[in-house]
Amino acid sequence: MSPTLIAEQVLNGLQSGIMLFLMAAGLTLIFGVMGLINLAHGSLYMVGAFCAAATAAATGSYALGLVGALAGAAAAGALIELAVIRRLYGRDHLDQVLATFALILIFSEGTRWLFGSFPLYLDVPPALSGPVTLPFGIQYPLYRLTLIGAGLALAAALFWLIGRTRLGIRIRAGENDREMIAALGVNIDALYTLVFALGAALAGLAGALVGTLQSVQVGMGEPVLILAFVTIVIGGIGSIRGALVGALLVGLTGTLGSVFLPEFFKLFMPPSEATQTGSALASMAIYILMAAVLVWKPTGLYGVRT
Amino acid sequence: MNRRTLALTTALGLLAALPAAAEVKVGMITTLSGGGASLGIDTRDGFLLAIEQAGRDDVEVVVEDDQQKPEVAVQLADKMIQSEKVDVLTGIVWSNLAMAVVPAATAQGLFYLSTNAAPAQLAGAGCNPNYFSVSYQNDNLHEAAGAYATQEGFQKTFILAPNYPAGQDSLNGFKRFYEGELAGEIYTTLGQTDYAAEIAQIRASGADSVFFFLPGGMGISFLKQYADSGVDLPLVGPAFSFDQNILQAVGDAAVGVKNTSSWSKDLDNAANAAFVDAYSEKYGRLPSIYAAQGYDTANLLLSAIDKADVNDDAAFGAALKEADFDSVRGSFSFAANNHPIQNLYTREVIKEGDVFTNKIVATAMENRDNAYVGDCKM
Repeated sequence: MSPTLIAEQVLNGLQSGIMLFLMAAGLTLIFGVMGLINLAHGSLYMVGAFCAAATAAATGSYALGLVGALAGAAAAGALIELAVIRRLYGRDHLDQVLATFALILIFSEGTRWLFGSFPLYLDVPPALSGPVTLPFGIQYPLYRLTLIGAGLALAAALFWLIGRTRLGIRIRAGENDREMIAALGVNIDALYTLVFALGAALAGLAGALVGTLQSVQVGMGEPVLILAFVTIVIGGIGSIRGALVGALLVGLTGTLGSVFLPEFFKLFMPPSEATQTGSALASMAIYILMAAVLVWKPTGLYGVRT
Repeated sequence: MNRRTLALTTALGLLAALPAAAEVKVGMITTLSGGGASLGIDTRDGFLLAIEQAGRDDVEVVVEDDQQKPEVAVQLADKMIQSEKVDVLTGIVWSNLAMAVVPAATAQGLFYLSTNAAPAQLAGAGCNPNYFSVSYQNDNLHEAAGAYATQEGFQKTFILAPNYPAGQDSLNGFKRFYEGELAGEIYTTLGQTDYAAEIAQIRASGADSVFFFLPGGMGISFLKQYADSGVDLPLVGPAFSFDQNILQAVGDAAVGVKNTSSWSKDLDNAANAAFVDAYSEKYGRLPSIYAAQGYDTANLLLSAIDKADVNDDAAFGAALKEADFDSVRGSFSFAANNHPIQNLYTREVIKEGDVFTNKIVATAMENRDNAYVGDCKM
């Protein structure tokens, strides 16, 4: 196990963590501000990827595809907020889970109806394809490096938006006391729609960025949704900073676990059994991490809610 | 002819026609929604095409969607057996669903014809005279990949598959016929979509080739990321990751990759040429291996219906076992455990105009049966 391989795996973990953050940020923001559990967040990720693939296919431009993903997911988010989600704020979490689960089914079958059952094609733009050589001879795909950079930039922008702008003040205020900021003259309905669309746009962008590396197909959002929930539970529900730290922890644990656990078991087991045992344990690693964090901090790393 | 004779003739004609309608009822349980829907849709379309071409009204097909969920498949099977009173069940794509449905169905005296899933458990000790796999035995395509890697002289192959029963069968199947040494062996998480870590391990392992079994979206993700990683070792895999419907989503990344299959659209026989033309004409897309297997299954069934009564288990089973139909795979017969004896081919992914597809480059194994024939006592 050479140092360059370890460095490359750390970069891989970082990259998957950053993408997970884009998903988890929207989820935790919507939960933090509106107290809403949105299972359909993974569908918005899928909508983003499909919009990107369709726009890129129609225009031949990857950049326009990303714009399409942002616009499509934000529009879908605003639409479901106005039509469905709005009615759920006052209800208990079980109602929210049921209704948003129904939205998953509607989005899945709707997407199939529009695009068919076969996966779509969305390719890495030529300017970003192929590997680059980093210091110490590490070979790393340029596109993934770009994802790390773009994700960090987006995270910084989001922290600035929440921490430093007037909109951010309202969002944080809405998180603490809904009635009070409504009494102060803030249009709470419009604010909620806006926050929901923002969360949706982040999920859609993540879908488009990751869909480029993977397959754009119906149901692609569900596995990511589970990871995103794990992330916000680890980070503390409602905390953007927690989402970032949680996402990086989950990304690194998932990647490094799948590489090093089988290697570890090979030290004292025959290779074939070691890969099976190690792989099985690696798929559990993220959940073990979550359990460990919750034992240590029951509300998550940066959580305040109880 | 006077009016009375005419009425009598018509009445007799009607009487003769009545019993002919729907003599055999077929229940097709397959996946028509969710992520794996394209496989079931092709299975159904291939099957129905053969029934339609035969122009027969004595076969009725009931199609239901199992949503890729074992519990739904079991419910559908119960409904089809008890209220629809079907004689034959078919269509299941996934091995875990097949394990949930097939043993119970055959125990109740129904015939089950598999269009795809063929787990080892049903080929060896769990074989049954009423269960026929028209597709393959699950290990077959991976065995062919191992044989191909040996023929090609690969010395250090890196192998990976998802950590679930079919993934374990796949690596075992590959190793059964591969004579070189392994550069590495990895089980990935089922449903995983990011393969950066595995590709880095392949890069560091000093391998001279890579064998992978990653069906559906997993394969698309792996291939795209592999192509972008700069690692350019030759890839080998079973047809599942290079199927007609998947290739368009992978794009250029798949071109040149070798994969093993029991069927290909360019297989040179009359039945296949007619099938590919008719399927493309009717559905506006090229057929996949699932469509071909669905088509063969329907034709096998029709051939047996011509020879025996479906209610006579022994006679109908014997008629099926003769495999007296023109398979799109050319040579086709059943081994003692009711699984195919057939050639397995090596294909290469090519681009024809705008369409990505496969062409046969070699025969990896001739008249292969399967590793479990000896374990089947029936």
